Amino acid sequence: MSTTYTVPIGPVHVGLKEPVTAWLDLEGERIVGAKIRPGAIHRGIEFMARERNPIQVIYLSERICGICSFSHVIAFIRAIEDLAGLKVPPRAQYIRTLVLELERVHSHLLWAGVACYTIGFDSAFHLGMQMRERVMDVLELLTGNRVNYGVATFGGVRWDVTPELAKAMREMIRYYRREFTPFREIVMADPVAQARMRNVGVLTRDEAVRYSAVGPTARASGLRVDLRKSSPYEAYADIPVEPVVPQDYFGAAHGDVLDRFAVRVLEVYQSLDIMDAALDGLPEGPYVAEPNVNKVLASLKKAEGTGWGIIEAPRGDDTHIVSLKGGDDNVFWWKVRAPTYANAVSWPLMFRGNELADAPLIINSIDPCISCMERMMVTDGGGDPLIVTKTELLERCRRKTFDLGSGIRTKGAGTGGLEGGTTK
Amino acid sequence: MITRILPQLFRHIFSRAATNLFPAAHMPPSLTDALSDPDSPPNPTVPVGKRFRGRLNYDRSKCIGCKLCVRVCPAHATDYLAEEKKIIIHNDRCCFCAQCTEVCPVKCLSMSSQFMISSYDRKANIVTGA
Repeated sequence: MSTTYTVPIGPVHVGLKEPVTAWLDLEGERIVGAKIRPGAIHRGIEFMARERNPIQVIYLSERICGICSFSHVIAFIRAIEDLAGLKVPPRAQYIRTLVLELERVHSHLLWAGVACYTIGFDSAFHLGMQMRERVMDVLELLTGNRVNYGVATFGGVRWDVTPELAKAMREMIRYYRREFTPFREIVMADPVAQARMRNVGVLTRDEAVRYSAVGPTARASGLRVDLRKSSPYEAYADIPVEPVVPQDYFGAAHGDVLDRFAVRVLEVYQSLDIMDAALDGLPEGPYVAEPNVNKVLASLKKAEGTGWGIIEAPRGDDTHIVSLKGGDDNVFWWKVRAPTYANAVSWPLMFRGNELADAPLIINSIDPCISCMERMMVTDGGGDPLIVTKTELLERCRRKTFDLGSGIRTKGAGTGGLEGGTTK
Repeated sequence: MITRILPQLFRHIFSRAATNLFPAAHMPPSLTDALSDPDSPPNPTVPVGKRFRGRLNYDRSKCIGCKLCVRVCPAHATDYLAEEKKIIIHNDRCCFCAQCTEVCPVKCLSMSSQFMISSYDRKANIVTGA
C-alpha cells in the first residue's frame, strides 16, 4: 500500500523564474497528480489602464511582460488601430515585423539557455546567454534600450531602420547562422541532455487539441498552428511562414521537452530567414502615419467601440481586446489573454508519471510567463481562499463585462470583432 | 557531446571575456558620486547607443507650461507646478519611454545617456531644471 504525499513546488523555488505553485501528489518519486495554483503576482495593470489614455497605456502594456513586451504592445496597438480604423504605412509594418522577430530570437535563446541550466548543463547555458547578447545589442541600437523598447506607436513606429542598422542586423543574422548550429548540436546531441528531456513532460497531439495548447508547446505536440500563417498580420502577409513542427524534421512528434526545445531552436533559424526577407523587402516611405501625438490622442478621444488584436508571441497566441468610449480620454476596458494562460492548463497532464526532479524542467518547458498570465484576481474581503470553477468564472466574467456598460454591444460585438481584428 | 563542446571550450579559453567589469570595485552608497570621483576612476562602461534613453534633462527657462508632457507620461513622473507654470520630474518614477521629449513643442525635455542614477536619496532624483 503506497502513501501519497503532496509536495509544493513554489511559489518561490530556485528552478522557477516567476512565482507559481504546483502542488504535486507523489508516490515515492513519481508524480501521480498535480494542481497549479497561481495568484502570487497579479498587479492590476488593466485597472491602472482605466485612468490612463491610450498613448500612456502603450508603455503600460509593455510592462505586462519583460521578455515578450513588444508582442503585448503590438497586440494592444493593433486592437486600438482595429477599433479606430487607423492605417499603418507598409514600412512601419515591416519594422514591426523585424522587432517582433528580434524579440522571438532573444526570447527563444533565453529559454534555451535556461532550459539547459534547469537540467544542470551550465556550459550550454553560458553559451546561450553569450549568444543572446548579440540580438540584445541590435535591439539596443534599433530602439535605444534593451528591454521595453518603446518603439511602436499608433499608426506606425517611432524610430526608423537606418542603413547602418540594416547592416548591423545583417551582420547579426550572419553571426547566428554561423554560431547557433554548434550550440544546437552541443545540446541536442548530448546523451545526458537527451536522457533528461526525451519522453519527459509528454503532451500528446490529442491532448494539445483538447487543452488548447498554443505556440511552440502546441507545435511540439505536432499541431500545425501558427498565427503568422493562419491569420497573417503586419508584414507576415508578404513573408510566408510555415509552422515548425518536429515531425517535419525528425519524423515524429513526441510532444516532450526535447521536442519543445527543438521547435524553439528551429524557430530561431526561421526568424533569421524572416528578418532577412523583411530587410530585403523593406519598403520606402513614411514609418508613421501621424507623427503628431496630440492629433492621435484627439482622434482616439472621439473613437468608440471594441477592437481586437491577436498576434503570435514567442510563447503563443497573445490576444488583446480594448474598448474605448467616445468623448473619454482613457481606456474604457482592456482584456489581455496571454499564451501562458492557455498552456498552463496542460501542466497537470505533462506532470503525469514523471519524477519530482523533473518538475522544474516541465514547468519551464512551456516557457511560462506568470506575469503575463495573471490577469485577474477574485477578492471578497474575507480571509478564506476561494476557488472558482470554469463555468462560474465565465458567468462572472460575462456579468462583469455586461455591467461595464454598452461596450460589448456596439461595434465589433462577438465574432464580428474577431474577424475585424484578423483580416487586415 | 565532448567532441562538439571541445572546440568551443578552446575558443573561449583564448577569446576575450564576454562580460565587462562593474564600474566600481565595491557598491558605493551613490554610484553617481563614485563615478564622478577623480580619485578613483571607474572601470569604463560599455558606451550606449545613439538612441539610448537615459535620465531626463529639463530646460526650465524654455518651458512654456503647456502640460502636454504631464498628459502623455505613463508613469505620472511629471508634476505640474500651477503657480510657476513649470514642471518637476521625478526620475525615480520615469519609465524612460521618451514620449514627453517627443510631444514637447519647445523641446525643453531631452533624454541624456546617463543610466546609473540609482541613489538612496529620493530627492536627488527630482529634476527641477533650475
